Amino acid sequence: MSKLHISTIINGEPEEFLCEPEETMLDVLRDRLSLTGSKEGCGSGDCGACSITVDGSLICSCLMLAAESEGKKIETIEGMSDGETLHPLQQKFLEEAALQCGICTPGMLVAAKALLDENPDPTETEVRFWLAGNLCRCTGYDKIVRAVLDTAQEIREIK
Amino acid sequence: MSDIQYLAPTTLDEAVSAYSGAKGSAHILAGGTDLLVQMRSGMVNPGLIVDIKKIEEITSVKETEDGVFVVGASVSGMELANNSNFGKTWPGVLEALNLIGSTQIQGRASLGGNLCNGSPAGDSVPALIAAEALLTVQGPNGRREIPVKEVPVSPGKTSLADNEIAVSFSFPSRPAGSADAYLRMIPRTEMDIAVVGCGVSLTIEENTCTRACVGLGAVAPKVLEVEGAAEALIGSQLDEDTIENAAEACRACCNPIDDKRGTIYYRTKVSGVLLKRAVAIAAKRAKGV
Repeated sequence: MSKLHISTIINGEPEEFLCEPEETMLDVLRDRLSLTGSKEGCGSGDCGACSITVDGSLICSCLMLAAESEGKKIETIEGMSDGETLHPLQQKFLEEAALQCGICTPGMLVAAKALLDENPDPTETEVRFWLAGNLCRCTGYDKIVRAVLDTAQEIREIK
Repeated sequence: MSDIQYLAPTTLDEAVSAYSGAKGSAHILAGGTDLLVQMRSGMVNPGLIVDIKKIEEITSVKETEDGVFVVGASVSGMELANNSNFGKTWPGVLEALNLIGSTQIQGRASLGGNLCNGSPAGDSVPALIAAEALLTVQGPNGRREIPVKEVPVSPGKTSLADNEIAVSFSFPSRPAGSADAYLRMIPRTEMDIAVVGCGVSLTIEENTCTRACVGLGAVAPKVLEVEGAAEALIGSQLDEDTIENAAEACRACCNPIDDKRGTIYYRTKVSGVLLKRAVAIAAKRAKGV
């Protein structure tokens, strides 16, 4: 079989690539497009380290074929900051030390941003449920949850 | 170079012709939350992947004027939750679908995929059976409608022919005083496979249960409809003895596996417990209290 030619939009920029039919979106992001911010933890949709959004919907990129991205809008961790200016969530994760080894952090940030885009004022319970698909073996989650809640409050105050 | 072919047809006819033409080596891709895991582990090696998410009928939710909902087989949990009316009429089906996996999985996982994956522990299946939902499938010889309870056959196997594609679920219109509920038991608080899952749908008119249907999952090689439980509930005022009889009907039809998640004894006992609790929730919703 010949490779598939896919046209998509990644972090606001039109992108074209060739891929094998069975290649996952995560493999294409990392190995063909050098967008290595999305991590592979489990490869089976359990850990959330490969979280991206597709047309605004949060998914695991390891459970999506790259071919499915034809005509879609993909957002990855690489599109989160505005150049050198970090997204408020990224800034707060740094300030409050909401990470240790860092492998889960891109997925946590992408998932947390998807939450705040949908619900600017989540409760702690809502944050914990929303992020239940993002596993972290270092922090014990408390600092992550607090950083998300503090960011939400900060964004609300600015607005 | 791989031997796999990927197609994303925009019409159902194209999808059926490609799928049936592959003579069993094709797999349908809806949300992919089962298929991609199975491909990665080598459990399945498709010759052809037919992505059905560009087909409008399979990806949309419709509500007719007489209150029938038609939900496309690949509509994701998140999309169905965002439909403003479906969850008001079918809260049990929605809560069952929304229990599957994480937020990320909800962005992709669908009723059609959960049913056609054929797991005896699929969370949405007992709720679909309790709702008396019908599955529309299309093959080379046209369409047919199957009650969802007739779809599961054994672990990983359904009654769909290998050239038929699940298109949509239709949920019957129902009188006022109707509601459903789904509960499952898992060893942790979230994101696990059901040890027992129980879906109950009720209609209550003037304090009497006039219609009932019960689906029970993870306690047999396939998800079951428990007719004995429904028979016990119908005509009653849902008093304690009645509900105990319905619970006994659930326990009596259990034929579960014994594994690390739950023993035979535990799964059997819990099936009765969940029946009672799910009846209580459905009844409360039906009465609007």
